[in-house]
Order: sequence, then C-alpha cells, then structure tokens
Amino acid sequence: MVKENNMDFMRYMEDMEQIDSVIMEEVLEQVKHFHYSAYTENDVRYVLAKDEINSEDFQVLLSPAAQPFLEQMARKATDETRKHFGTSVCLFTPLYIANYCENYCVYCGFNCHNKIQRGKLSLEEIEQEMQKISETGLQEILLLTGESRNMSDVAYIGEAVKLAAKYFSTVGIEIYPLNSEEYKYLHECGADFVSVYQETYHPEKYGQVHLSGHKRVFPYRFYSQERALLGGMRGVAFGALLGLDDFRKDAFATGLHAYLTQKKFPHAEISFSLPRLRPYINSEETNPNDVHETQLLQVMLAYRLFMPFAGITISTRERAGFRDHVIGMCATKISAGVKVSVGGHDEEAKGDEQFEIQDPRNVDEVHKAIAGRGLQPVYTDYIRV
Amino acid sequence: MSDLLVIGGHEFQSRFILGSGKFSLEITNAVIKNAGVEMATLALRRANVGGEENILDYMPEGITLLPNTSGARNAAEAVRIARLAREIGCGDFVKVEVIHESKYLMPDNYETIKATEQLAKEGFIVMPYMYPDLNVARSLADAGAAAIMPLGAPIGSNKGLLTKDFIKMLVDEINLPIIVDAGIGRPSQACEAMEIGVAAVMANTAIATAKDVALMAKAFKLAIESGRAAYLAGLGRVLEYHAEASSPLTGFLQD
Repeated sequence: MVKENNMDFMRYMEDMEQIDSVIMEEVLEQVKHFHYSAYTENDVRYVLAKDEINSEDFQVLLSPAAQPFLEQMARKATDETRKHFGTSVCLFTPLYIANYCENYCVYCGFNCHNKIQRGKLSLEEIEQEMQKISETGLQEILLLTGESRNMSDVAYIGEAVKLAAKYFSTVGIEIYPLNSEEYKYLHECGADFVSVYQETYHPEKYGQVHLSGHKRVFPYRFYSQERALLGGMRGVAFGALLGLDDFRKDAFATGLHAYLTQKKFPHAEISFSLPRLRPYINSEETNPNDVHETQLLQVMLAYRLFMPFAGITISTRERAGFRDHVIGMCATKISAGVKVSVGGHDEEAKGDEQFEIQDPRNVDEVHKAIAGRGLQPVYTDYIRV
Repeated sequence: MSDLLVIGGHEFQSRFILGSGKFSLEITNAVIKNAGVEMATLALRRANVGGEENILDYMPEGITLLPNTSGARNAAEAVRIARLAREIGCGDFVKVEVIHESKYLMPDNYETIKATEQLAKEGFIVMPYMYPDLNVARSLADAGAAAIMPLGAPIGSNKGLLTKDFIKMLVDEINLPIIVDAGIGRPSQACEAMEIGVAAVMANTAIATAKDVALMAKAFKLAIESGRAAYLAGLGRVLEYHAEASSPLTGFLQD
C-alpha cells in the first residue's frame, strides 16, 4: 500500500530557498482566464497576418480554432526559424547517470514505487560513457538523474559535470530542482544549461499526480529556472508533460513562464522541450490520446511564433519521421544516439529506461538526416568562458 | 582608379563582408565565390576544431577571417573569446560582439567599448559591432577600433536601414571605415547604405534565407558595387515633395 503525502503542495519544505518573484502568480492568473474555445477562425487569420505575436495571440495559436491553420503556421514558423537560426540544427545526447528517485509521480517510469532496476554510474563509468559519446563527434551533453538527493547528491552530480566539461563544449543538466547556491556550484563545475519541467501548471492536478517527495512542492519547482539563472546559469529550458492535464492550458502556461522569465532575466537563453506522455515499464496501458502529432506540432509552432528567438528541442520520444520534419521548421536542437537507461553507451546499462524511445538512430544517421534536408548539423555552438 | 577598403592597414578590393553561420557549410565556397568577398565572419563558438562540421574547414584559402565574439555577455568574456580565436589561428581581426539580451540581440555599447580598448592594446584589429550612437562611435575610435560596425536593424530582422540617419552621422564624423552590419534584408538596402558612404556592408540572414543562396550572394555583390559607384560619382540632387517652380517667388525684386 502506497502511503500518500498529504502535505500541502503549495508549501515550501525546509531547506527550500524562496526567491523574490511574482511570475508564478501571474502565470496562474492568466492561465485561469485562458478560454481557448472562445477563439474563432477570424482571430486566427488576424494573428497569422501579424508581425509580432503577443501573449493573447499566443493563446489564439494554441486554440482548437488554429488547428486547421497548421500549414500556414508551419510556413510562418519556418520563416522565423530561418531568420533567427538559419539552417543550423544542434546535436546533443542525454546521459542518464542515475535513476534513483524519491518522488512518487504516478505517470513516470522512474517513480519510487515502480519496480525497476535502479542504478547509478560510478565516476569511472561516467567517464567511460563520456569517452564513448565524444567519439561520435558530439560536443553537447545533457546529464540526467532521477530525483534522489540521497542517492545522487549535488557533490556527485558536480563531479559528473566536471568530467563532462573535459569532453564536451556544452554541458546541460536535467536533475531535481536546486537552491541557487547549488546551481552556482554546478555552474562553477562546468554546467551552463538547466532543464526543469513543470509537468503541469495546473496546481490541483499537480498535487494529484505528485503524491510524495520534494517534487510535490509546486512553487519550488516553478522557480527552478530563476534560481538557476541567479546561480549564473546561461540558459534554462521549460516544458510541460503534454497530455498530463489540459495540454492547451499547460502549453500556454509554459510559454508564458518562459516569456516572463526572459523578461526578468534578459540575458537568459530560453528553450522549450515538448515531452508528451509515453508508456513505460509496468504501465503499458498508459497511452494518452489527446495529444497526437497534430496537437504536438501545433504547440511547437505556437512556441516558435510567440518566442521566435527561443530554442526548441525535439526528443526521441517522437519518431524519426516527425523529428526530421520539425527541424528547420521550429525545432533547433535534436538528440542522437540516445539511451534512456542508466549508462549503456559503453557497457551494458545499469538501470532500466525511463520511457521507450521512438528514434534509435545514431549520431551519424541523424547527421545524415539533417544534411539530407539541406540543413546544417551543428556540434558546437557555445564557448565556456 | 583603385578604390580600396583599408582596415587596420589591410587592403580589400571587395566591400562586401559575408556573415556565416546561417547557411549550410557545404555551400560556403560557392557563396564566397559568387559574392566575391575577401572577408568572412565566423562565430568562434561554431569552430569545432578537430571535430565534426568545423566551420574553419569550409573557409576557402585566401579569405580573411573575421572571428566574432558571439556568446560574450560582457567585455571580459569578449576578450577571452578573441584571444582563443587568435590562439587557434584565426588571425588578428576580431569583430567584438557583446550581447546579454536574448530577445532582440542588441549589442551592449558600453561593454563593447571596454572590450575594444583592451583588445586594441593587445594588438588586435578590432571591429566593434554597435548600436549607432555618435558618442559611442567616438569612444570606440579613441579606444583603438579599426572600423565601426553599426547595425542597420536588429540582427536577423531583414528590416533594412532603420538607423540610416544615425549611421550617416558616423559616416560624416568618424574617420574610420563604417561598415553596416545586421538588418540588411535586400540588395537594394545594401546599395542604399553604400550610396550614403558607408565603407562596406555585412550580410548573412538576407542571403541565408533566400531561395537560391549563391545567386542572392551575387545580387548583393552587384548592389554593393553599384552603391559604391554611385557614392563616388556623387549623387545628383533629389527634389523632394514638388518640382522647382518655374516662375520664381522672388521675381518681383527691383534693385
């Protein structure tokens, strides 16, 4: 029997840093008033004719009324992507260094009650994995852990980041939320980019699906990006797990969260990821049907038009045919040679996968696919100074 | 008559500087050839020395490299990137680019002056990218800049010479080559910039976003040459609003 945490999900736990910000209140307030069914075809035509897309226009682009206009949105998005990024498509790969988790997120394969093989790489194993990855030519890596402060503490992650900085020009982390001092430490170790996904911006739903663990605290997670920037990180990524709740509202909240954060920290490099729910080990029946490729693309295009300068990453949760078509149109970064198990690039994996990947292509194959579309594969676009 | 562009003691026939990084590397050679350029920028952060898709591997011989400091958020970072560029053999030219604003990518003039001063002291040929402000341009000249690179419009916007009047002030007052960088969206705008007397034009997005990149490179070359010739020829007087009245208003005077 699983014991639920009945702790208030809007209340900070001890040791959780509280920063001075009102962005969460603003996002939640605006999302409350986002009634997407009120928009019509005419609203969409009006927005598509505009040069600059404000937050209300963004709502229009996310509405069901905009769905029949996907082709026009795609054309406009392609122009914007070309203007801001040219033909460049950045390549990277994630490396899971541990999958221990102390959270109980009912939708996730890593959740602490799911019986999967857990593992954590030693520093030697991490280095071997990194060597193997860097042999593929990749220069950008994203280090991931499950959310366990006990099993994969900040010091351990810091050592992994230091190793990564030896082999790669760009190091990102996708780990549990930290206080700004801890982000500062990892930045000093060599990490510059932080991804934290809010999963859903609907607080009640958030409380229902994050039953226990630190992750249960909604506002602490919400302000991760700001704390990361206060800690000196250069870029932050935003995302909702589409399909967990009303995806249109979650997509709007994600965009607004990113927009307001950039406004407050003008130097921040902003990017989006768009995970949607996928089946995982012991939960094959999880198959959220409301976010099909059409809806997923609509959200990606809306992000691109609302924030034309922001990066968009496309993960291997999506199939090759989808990924190959969205690069150059709206996505600016694509993963390759992906393993979502713990390790597995060099030796056999030490822990089970978080989800099933849909695009198993290696770096060379993804490189060829990018070049085949007349786009430029970019391995490094960053100097650590 | 020779009409050379001189930057930091180096002479160039071409007044077209090509920006790179927005079109595919494999067409670099064709673009450079069609554009007739002798100088091309490159973002050092894209230089994957010894690795895959290294932009330096695609630059034809004889091209003068203009490494930029993109990614620098302040003067200190720009200085470090410039030194790295020199270390990997990009030469002494550097385009100082200091940006800490991710939405419009507007240059920070204050930090740019600081970086220019330091790099000029270290013997670099410094070409600072800036928002056209006459006072800042004077400070950059005092700091040792070899040329000044004002933006015509926000980078990547293809909006043209939005800052034309302010660039003209720099052309008139600053005794250095003024090179319009960023915002030029079409050959006619490049031509217009040359007509007002700027020394050269830099473009990237306008070419990269064209259907036929190599052909657009050529179109820019011709436009820049045409604008230069017009400037040298001395533009005729342009009458605005109305023609000159044939019966003079002052014909009544009896002296």
